[in-house]
Amino acid sequence: MLELNVQTIAFLIFAILSLGGALGVVTSRNLIHGALYLIVSLFGGAGFFVLLSAPFIAVVQVLVYIGAIAILIIFAVMLTRSMTGMRELFNRQWWLSAIVGILLFLLLAIAVILPVWGANGSKPNLPVADQVATTQDLGVALVDGNQYVLPFEVASLLLTGAMIGAIVIARDTED
Amino acid sequence: MVPLSMYLLVAAGMFCIGVYGVLARRNAVAILMSVELMLSAVNINLIGFWRYGAPLQIAGQVFSAFVFVIAAAEASVGLAIIISIYRNRRSVTVEDVNLLKG
Repeated sequence: MLELNVQTIAFLIFAILSLGGALGVVTSRNLIHGALYLIVSLFGGAGFFVLLSAPFIAVVQVLVYIGAIAILIIFAVMLTRSMTGMRELFNRQWWLSAIVGILLFLLLAIAVILPVWGANGSKPNLPVADQVATTQDLGVALVDGNQYVLPFEVASLLLTGAMIGAIVIARDTED
Repeated sequence: MVPLSMYLLVAAGMFCIGVYGVLARRNAVAILMSVELMLSAVNINLIGFWRYGAPLQIAGQVFSAFVFVIAAAEASVGLAIIISIYRNRRSVTVEDVNLLKG
């Protein structure tokens, strides 16, 4: 099914990184370790983006997810000192959650592999073209008036609003 | 190249591990980390379908960039709420936050 070449080996390494890191996130007792596992998992995702010839998205994944969000989570863990005094890791419905997760995965895997919801044989397992849109196309599309400039500005507004909201919520109001 | 279904399977696995984390963990920060896992899995799906389905159009990468924006906004507001809850209740366990429970 998979022929062995450099790309396949890299894919397997990144798959192990992302899935193993994800398992570490949900099972680690110490939340700092969980955040480090999250970094491993997101790094695997960045490797996938390189394999899928989207280098800009891979760099953004490293910068935004690993550089900003994971570090923000580590700061929050240190500010709340939440890794101490947590005796029970999971709540009482953890077995029900496991069943839901496994069933959802089976559903998705069947939908991906077997053509039960319409034929997926027409969808090629290989790319339709060897050429891909470049990072330059992405930059032009984000500021082109006929393409994505309005969603781009809305996203900027959303980020500004989220930043102001986070400052207002987390501010110490006692002074 | 590696077939598209392999990428989709790995992304589905990551997403379902994230679902389990959201449903089963008691710590609010751990729940937020699981949400980040789910968003990352969705991004792998988006880029995978873009590469194998319509690599000459840019829409897939643009959507993925917007997912990053949403993830950053969600993480900042979520962590601010968690810090605020911790200041009031001295706990980040979601079962302790039951002020609205009737």
